[in-house]
Amino acid sequence: MSFLGKLSLDAIPYHEPILVFTMAAIAIGGLVLFTLITKYKKWGVLWRDWITSVDHKRLGIMYIFVALVMLFRGFSDAIMMRTQLALATSGAPGILPPEHYDQIFTAHGVIMIIFMAMPFMIGLMNIILPLQIGARDVAFPFLNNLSFWLTASGAILINISLVFGEFAKTGWVAYPPLSELTFSPGVGVDYYIWALQISGLGTLLTAVNFLVTVFKMRAPGMTLMKMPIFTWTCTWANILIAASFPILTAVLTMLTLDRYLGFHFFTNDGGGNAMMYINLFWAWGHPEVYILVLPAFGIFSEIISTFTSKRLFGYTSMIYASGAISILGFIVWLHHFFTMGSSANVNAFFGVMTMVIAVPTGVKLFNWLFTIYRGRLQMTVPVMWTLGFMVTFTVGGMTGVLLAIPGADYVLHNSLFLIAHFHNTIIGGAVFGYLAGFSFWFPKAMGFKLNVRWGKAAFWFWIVGFFVAFMPLYVLGFLGMTRRLNHTNNPDWNIWLYIAAGGAVLIMFGIICQVVQLYVSFRDREALDDETGDPWNGHTLEWATSSPPQAYNFAEIPEVHDIDAWTDMKEKGQVYQSKASYEPIHMPKNTAAGVLMGLTLTIFCFAMIWHVWWLAIVGLVGAIAVFIKRCYSNDVDYYVQPEEVLATENAFNLSGSAKNNSKGIKA
Amino acid sequence: MLIRNLCNIALASTVLALSGCSGGVLDPKGQIGIDEKNLIIIATVLMLLVVIPVIVMTLYFAWKYRDTQTHEIYAPKWAHSNKIEAFVWAVPIVIVIILGVITWESTHSLDPYKPIEGKGKHLTVEVVSLNWKWLFIYPEQGIATVNELVFPANVPVEYKITSESTMNSFFIPQLGSQIYSMAGMETKLHLIANEPGTFKGFSANYSGAGFSGMKFNAIATPTQGDFDKWVSDVKAKGNKLTKANYYELAKASENNPVTYYGDVDKGLFHTIIMKYMPGMKDMKGMKKMTDMPHDMAEHSATPSISQGEE
Amino acid sequence: MSTLSINVEAENTALASHDDHAHEHHDTSGDTVFGFWLYLMTDCLLFASFFATYAVLFMNTVGGVSGKDIFELDFVAVETAALLISSITFGFAMICAQGQKKALTLMWLAITFCLGATFIGMEIYEFTHLIEHGNGPQGSAFLSSFFALVGLHGLHVTAGLIWMAIMMIEVARRGLGKPTVTRLMCLSLFWHFLDIVWICVFTVVYLMGVM
Repeated sequence: MSFLGKLSLDAIPYHEPILVFTMAAIAIGGLVLFTLITKYKKWGVLWRDWITSVDHKRLGIMYIFVALVMLFRGFSDAIMMRTQLALATSGAPGILPPEHYDQIFTAHGVIMIIFMAMPFMIGLMNIILPLQIGARDVAFPFLNNLSFWLTASGAILINISLVFGEFAKTGWVAYPPLSELTFSPGVGVDYYIWALQISGLGTLLTAVNFLVTVFKMRAPGMTLMKMPIFTWTCTWANILIAASFPILTAVLTMLTLDRYLGFHFFTNDGGGNAMMYINLFWAWGHPEVYILVLPAFGIFSEIISTFTSKRLFGYTSMIYASGAISILGFIVWLHHFFTMGSSANVNAFFGVMTMVIAVPTGVKLFNWLFTIYRGRLQMTVPVMWTLGFMVTFTVGGMTGVLLAIPGADYVLHNSLFLIAHFHNTIIGGAVFGYLAGFSFWFPKAMGFKLNVRWGKAAFWFWIVGFFVAFMPLYVLGFLGMTRRLNHTNNPDWNIWLYIAAGGAVLIMFGIICQVVQLYVSFRDREALDDETGDPWNGHTLEWATSSPPQAYNFAEIPEVHDIDAWTDMKEKGQVYQSKASYEPIHMPKNTAAGVLMGLTLTIFCFAMIWHVWWLAIVGLVGAIAVFIKRCYSNDVDYYVQPEEVLATENAFNLSGSAKNNSKGIKA
Repeated sequence: MLIRNLCNIALASTVLALSGCSGGVLDPKGQIGIDEKNLIIIATVLMLLVVIPVIVMTLYFAWKYRDTQTHEIYAPKWAHSNKIEAFVWAVPIVIVIILGVITWESTHSLDPYKPIEGKGKHLTVEVVSLNWKWLFIYPEQGIATVNELVFPANVPVEYKITSESTMNSFFIPQLGSQIYSMAGMETKLHLIANEPGTFKGFSANYSGAGFSGMKFNAIATPTQGDFDKWVSDVKAKGNKLTKANYYELAKASENNPVTYYGDVDKGLFHTIIMKYMPGMKDMKGMKKMTDMPHDMAEHSATPSISQGEE
Repeated sequence: MSTLSINVEAENTALASHDDHAHEHHDTSGDTVFGFWLYLMTDCLLFASFFATYAVLFMNTVGGVSGKDIFELDFVAVETAALLISSITFGFAMICAQGQKKALTLMWLAITFCLGATFIGMEIYEFTHLIEHGNGPQGSAFLSSFFALVGLHGLHVTAGLIWMAIMMIEVARRGLGKPTVTRLMCLSLFWHFLDIVWICVFTVVYLMGVM
């Protein structure tokens, strides 16, 4: 084995024009960014305020930044796939040979789920959850920073695979034996393994962190049954993460051992059992979709009750429904492979269990409906996303129940019907939720509201584009088209493939509108300024702080007497009142340990992928050394002095009460 | 409004397309497929009973209680009603109970392992997925084909399925169910064609670079006599498939032409299954292995159940 | 262990109304231990996955050796005894740490360390012995899952030993301050947890393997 392991100049795919173009674009973009940051002398700010920050709000913003960048990457993959399938009809080869195309659909799945949806969800949770429970930060601020950098490392690894080597050609589930060394000898699957492993570790740490935060750091008076609904759904999601991600860690470790050390967990020979992988993968994979969608349910609940100016209908019911979904989410994984030859009893059991999940989900839909009932619904952008979700998700839920019937699944399994179904629930459920939450909480995180016109345009492009792109896939599924085909030769399918490609273009316009919306809003940020910290007349404690909140969130921890704590305080006239003096506030200090560990572990993973053993040891030892040093450091906190708190709070309360008086709200 | 129109357009065009086009799962030509189509329709109609009202209510409530409608009742603190709660839990529960019963029954009657009753003796075909083509062995006739499957209409066929390498799924949409093919084990499927015709078959589980070309024609001949004639034609071609040239055939290749083998080594199918099991070469072990996949899938599920509940 | 932590947690929840969050000194040691306990639960599921895999694969010996052929129960019994006793000695170390007895704490930690090192040493010997006789993890799915499960536990114990060494340095240099005792508490949870996992390994892998 050479000094650089399997790494050589041949690893760079300079013969692929699309990839060379992408690389050039990344290089130019990176260079421009580098120059701009240097020119405006922003490196210090970037390092101090962002990279080393342990502030949950800043970390949340960084998570969402990563999610949006990866959304572009994953969506480019989607556009390429739809283009390929629209061109490669009637026996034509299209533009992407299987060699390249197979990497694209694998990357699309991995990126959209692990590096777009997950960071988006965790980002929103980071920004909002501590604020909602009236906490100053999370339980373990350094771990929070570390979690972010581990996620970022995974994302970086997946992007490195564009330049060095290849990505997996296995589909995002990477089923063995296809993902074993015999059938995938390249580095693609190794990129997959390490990118998932490292970001999975970050996610697991996040879950532990936020569970401790929620159980130990709630404001006085906030019992569990007075917690805001978004916090509740995030908590259920975190419980699911804590219970399911270890299984992913385990199954990836086994695949690693198979590929690196010749173990026989899932190989054809040596007594390996690939079905074990499939079982374990989905024992993680199914809860994973509820991890994505439960927080989105929480976001919709918050939005509906805020913009109807009404309490959430059936709060208790909602919490139990979320809990039921979480628990049931663990006993349905076999519905992903009804066609593997299990007995009728086993298939029927898992089919029926899957349907049972429709009950709590249906309850949630009805509860949102009855929240709107006798309310005053304002047609804001977040509300439009919510209504769009309620319509779209209902359709997705219905097709999901259909797929849960083994008899139907026997003919629909792995077809484009399935693709349509899970995009219907993940886009229509999770992504619409995050986008709703994005425009709902944007002022809280950034201090100014988003432009409404561009927001509405984006919504219409998205939802129309969604239906145009995915309804044809239902039809194609019925017509017998299976997933992951590189080219087709069936004239009946062509028209639907063209329509679907058109839908993807519409969604692209939606994304462009969102980029424009961000630009326009930033340009007009003074006009869109959120002075009160409570732009929507909100219900919960995140609106009790300034926008963006101070590093310490609350000068004084509020006392909670109601589920809608902030509404309660507003009604009692206890808001925007400055005190004569404040206590000093104990806060965690910034640390470079997280980013250093992210860097060393990226090096470790990269070296493992390319079998550069010495570098892997350097990376791993480096990461462990940084971790130990950080754990035994005593210089981790500081105090915000009372005078500083007083000055900041006075300024904020003045503008808050002035604005509220002018709006005529009882304050 | 736009959404509703779009839904209507989508629904209308779907119905139009599905009645007009042929060749999909909604155009079944075999009893299993027909049963599955009916199951899909019944389940969909049942669910639409809830889905349509929910969608309509969503749009209606959003319209009726929009903020400019100041004459509508406004109840900002109203957040609980036992009656409504009971209703919103009961409706989905009732639908799911009905669907659950249908599911339990249909899963047992459509079990791919269950032989088709009342249609006489099954024809046996051994199916092997190779990278990237299908090998069909007719043990009773002693012939084999690549990428073409022929059987008489109205005769039930028992498929014994395995894989040489990666996992695939054996699927002929117009006849009904699919089942995975996995190396080192055997899965089973029972299908029947109610009328003669040529149906498209393919792999429904991605298995690598040549996957898109893993297609075959499934031809149901009008009579048993036609099938017998086809068999003797294949036999007349000679071309023996031995264990030695099977090895050649198993090498990765794409878009294979249809190939006929007039003679096949006896027990080739078992050899393929057993090649990964060096410790079980005796006949007893072999017998056990052929029964195994059905149990093994269950077996592999069971420990994970207990682990999921932890 | 688990019931204890649940009690602590329940107590904390009940006390939330007059919790000391309002004070500026938020007592974090309880949070740390609770967080660490949660991490251990996730670790428990990691082991559960490997146990499940072992349960599925342990019959897949493909004509090679089975547990009956390779496990030496006497040897493993000594190994087990070393680890079990180390749990007790760690208990003594914790009692001394709570009582602020620095020298005694260090002594008990050193004894625990030696016992843990004995365990790891014996395990490494067992593994090399197996590999030398051609029964490495590449032999069969049974051997793969055996090496992975026992090796995963061994890796945890090794991490525990490194942690323990660092803790001994910390106790020696900084004494038994509150953060140090909290860290010791986490390590003790970790160590007892590994003990419990080992009892499962011993039962499921070794005892049931030779039966």
